[in-house]
Order: sequence, then C-alpha cells, then structure tokens
Amino acid sequence: MKLLEGVPRRGAILLAALLALLIVFPMFASGYLLAVGFLILYYAYVGQAWNIMMGFAGQLSLGHSLYVGLGAYAAAALYVHFGLSPWIGLGASIALCALAGAVIGFLAFRFGVGGVYFAILTIAFAEFARIGFDHFAWVRGSSGLFLPVANYTENDLWNLRGSPRMFYYLMLALTVGAFVLCHALLRSRMGYYWLAIRESPEAAQALGVNLFRYKMVAVVLSAAMTSLAGVVFAFYYNNLFPEQIFHISRSIELILGPIIGGIGTLVGPLVGALLITGLAEGMRELMLQLGIDVPGVKQVFYGVCLLLVVMFLPEGVWPPLAKKLRLDR
Amino acid sequence: MLAVATLSKSFRGLRAVHAASFSVPEGSIVALIGPNGAGKTTIFNMIAGVHTPDSGEITLLDKRIDGLRPDQVCAAGIGRTFQLVKPFAGLSALDNVIVGALHKERSVAAARIHALSILKKLNLDSKAHLNASSLTLPDRKRLEVARALATRPRLLLLDEVMAGLRPTECDQIVAVFRELNRAEGLTILLIEHVMRAVMALAGQVVVLHHGEVIARGAPQEVVRDPAVLECYLGEETEV
Repeated sequence: MKLLEGVPRRGAILLAALLALLIVFPMFASGYLLAVGFLILYYAYVGQAWNIMMGFAGQLSLGHSLYVGLGAYAAAALYVHFGLSPWIGLGASIALCALAGAVIGFLAFRFGVGGVYFAILTIAFAEFARIGFDHFAWVRGSSGLFLPVANYTENDLWNLRGSPRMFYYLMLALTVGAFVLCHALLRSRMGYYWLAIRESPEAAQALGVNLFRYKMVAVVLSAAMTSLAGVVFAFYYNNLFPEQIFHISRSIELILGPIIGGIGTLVGPLVGALLITGLAEGMRELMLQLGIDVPGVKQVFYGVCLLLVVMFLPEGVWPPLAKKLRLDR
Repeated sequence: MLAVATLSKSFRGLRAVHAASFSVPEGSIVALIGPNGAGKTTIFNMIAGVHTPDSGEITLLDKRIDGLRPDQVCAAGIGRTFQLVKPFAGLSALDNVIVGALHKERSVAAARIHALSILKKLNLDSKAHLNASSLTLPDRKRLEVARALATRPRLLLLDEVMAGLRPTECDQIVAVFRELNRAEGLTILLIEHVMRAVMALAGQVVVLHHGEVIARGAPQEVVRDPAVLECYLGEETEV
C-alpha cells in the first residue's frame, strides 16, 4: 500500500478505527450530534487546507475566510441564477480562489512581503471581499444570498440538496481526501521543499529551491482546497451573508483547530477540530442545561483553549500525544 | 572554473568590496583571508547570488552568474555553507540533506540514498535521525557541508566552517575536504580565519583588506608578505 507508506502500524490501525467510527457515527447520532459532527469535519478539512500554507510552507494566512466565501458565493450564485449543479459550480469556485490566492501570493512574494506583513495582506483581501460583496447586487449584497429549500425526500447528490447525513458524508470524503493528499505531499519533493522554506528560506534557496514557485503552489493549493469547503458550506446552510462568511472571526475560527492540534502535523487539524468544536458545543449544551445564558461564551472558551495550549503545549496537542501513543516513529 | 573580475559593492556609501579580482582554477582549493570587515563575506554573497554586484563580473565555467538568484547559482553548480549555520531545525539531519539531494535526484527515494552516502562521508550517519536542532555546533557545521554537497556542486563555497571547532575536529573536517578534492575533483573556495586549516588545505590564498585584494599566492609566501603582515599586525614603527 503506497498510501500508507511511512505510517507506523499502530498509526494505521488507529486511523482505520477512527475512519470506521466516523463512517458509522451518523447511524447512531441525533440530528444535533450529526450537525456537530459535520462542523468538526468541516473545521478539520479547512484546517488541513490552511495547514499546507502555514504548517508546511510557513506562510501565515489570517484571511482564509476569503476562500471559503468566494468558493461559497461562486457555486451558490451559479446555482441560484442558472441552476448549475454545484459540481460544475465548484470548478468556478476553485478557479476563482486559485486566482485570488495567486494574486495575493504574487503581490507578497514578488515584492518580498513576508511574516506579519503577509498576514496583514491576507486580512486586507478578506476584508476587501467582505465590503465588496456587501455592495455586489448580483449576489444580493448585504441582504444575503438564499438557496431554494424544500423538504427533500430523497438525496439529490448532483444538486447537493438533501439530508444532513449526505452533507456529513460529503465532508467526511473531503476530509479523508485532504488527509491522504497532505500525507502524499509531505513525502514528495514539494513537501520537503515546503518544510525547508518554513525552517529557513535562505538555506532552502541556497540549495536550489525556487522560493517564489513553491510558496505560490502552497498558497494556490490551499486556496483551491478551501474553496471546496465553501461550496459545501453554502449548500449546507443555504444562506450566505458577506458580513458573516468573509468576517475575520471566521478566519480565526478555522485556524484554531490546527493551532491547538499541532501546526504542521497531519493529524493536528483533525484533533484540533475535534477538541475545539466538540468542547465548545459540549459546553454550550451544558450551559443550556444549566439555564445559563452568557453571550460570547464560545469566544471566551476559544480564548482560554488557545491560552492553555500556548502555555502548556506550545507544539499543539498532537505531538506530545503522538509520543505517548508511540506514533512519532 | 570561477573568475571574479573587478568586483565592487557598496552598502549605503560604505565601500565593502572594491575592484576585487581573483580566480579559482578547476580542481583547486583557494582560501580567501583577511581581517574582519575586509569584505570576504560580501564577495561570497555576491558569488552565491545573495547580493548583486555594483560593478564587475563573476563567471563560472565561462558563464556569467552575477545577478542570478541563489537558487539559480545553485543550479549553475555552486554549493555554499553559511557562516552562521542555518539548519532546518525542525527536520532530522537526514531530511536536511535530502532537501539538498533533491536538487539533482529525481525521486525522494533516490535523494534519500544519496543523502545517506553523504552523511556517511561526513561521519554524521549515526546521527541521521536526530533533529538538526539537537546537534552540537561541530555537527551542525558538518550538516551545512553535507547539505551543500548533496546538491552535487562543481564548486563548494565554505564560509568559516572551521570557526569554533577544536583542533582535532578541524583536522578531521580538513581531511574530508582534501579527500573530496582529491577523489572527486571538487573545487573549493573557502573563507577562513583558522590559519591551521588554511595552511593545511589551500593551494592558493587571496588576501583581502578594506575590500581590495592586497596579495595572492601560495600560503607560505603570503604569510611572509609585508603588506599582509601589516594589515594583520599593523605597521612596523621605529621606537
């Protein structure tokens, strides 16, 4: 099995068990739990996509909501206006986000914008899109774009109209796909070059690595992958508001998973998404049961999580956990 | 192999290198020496593509390489080390060298084999799976060399790789370079303060002072040159 090359045996078994669990999960889960499951997979997937840029190539993006939003809007608008299947629409989403990533990457890497300034540039583009889409009449501006909803008796996979269970499995397929892709990438020339760039750009360049080319690939690939999550997001929630989807808080939310799980690791985004979404929803439920209603409690919770990880597990939850499970080879 | 002709570079009016010319014949080992601030590293960085010269030419095998990017210089056949070592700290020693090996090898598997053979050559094979950040300074210096060698360069630029090494460690690494030069015909240009290494290794020495070449020749001759002695020890005065 080429796919599992370099995966320790125990790791492969654990992964298989996790996958089996995720596959049977909807058969036992309530509607609410299924929604939580979807969210976990959603964050695991976008976290994985973001991780390619930050975790592998060392380029900090704080504006990934741009790609979620553009991807979502492109597919949704084509569906609403022309009845185009999202499977065709996602072609437009991918192209648009790859282009957006390429423009940001070109501006930054050609003109030597790095580090914090690169991060600010990514925020600027996301904010620019948020304000622009607010006034973009074709997608109904700030009043929001709504997808037609009906009671579906059957799942229509072609038009992505159907039950939450269908979306759960779709997101699961994407998450597995992203995991396998990232695993393969890390073991390729591209992966080695990304890590080299992350660790020391000067040294990488002295060893013949074309910094511009490999950083561009990372940004474009990460953007294109994130756009797919946007498409699923649009057809799952059926409504899009620029103020929400492009908002910077969304960008922050989607990077918490990999940060808490472990930046640059394959399993980190999964573990992080599970922890942060699972715990946040669990706590919300607990508060509900106790009859306590405090607005913003989720944000405070994220903050505390981040604080604890930064203080006690600066590499994230996964690396020390992997050592405990003896999965670090 | 390498020819540097009337090379000049200033930084904000500060003249770092002025009309420096020298050449490195194929198969030779040439040392660039001089007091601190003489412009050695600036010349190195111009050859390696980090800085663009203000004027002058750098040619490798009759091809102009000045003004190229560092990765293009590497592709032209020059490998370099950094004075302040820059290991890929989060990666294993082996992965560090694989990055270099991938420059010429087609697959990661082939690069791994090549990288292992280089690590063995530099006596780092027992530490192949250690994180680069956990290596000692002498090992990190050897790792710098291993990475550069893995790109299969025609010319190797060594920026003070002996500095901070103990005499026995220094002798070991000198032996490695001699062997590479003898067996594989590797051409080497080194910046070095450790005269013990320069005398043992270099066939020719180029002395730089205030950005200008003040002497060149065999090491034994150069160290007796009054101009060289003056720049290191100051002018002789009657008391």
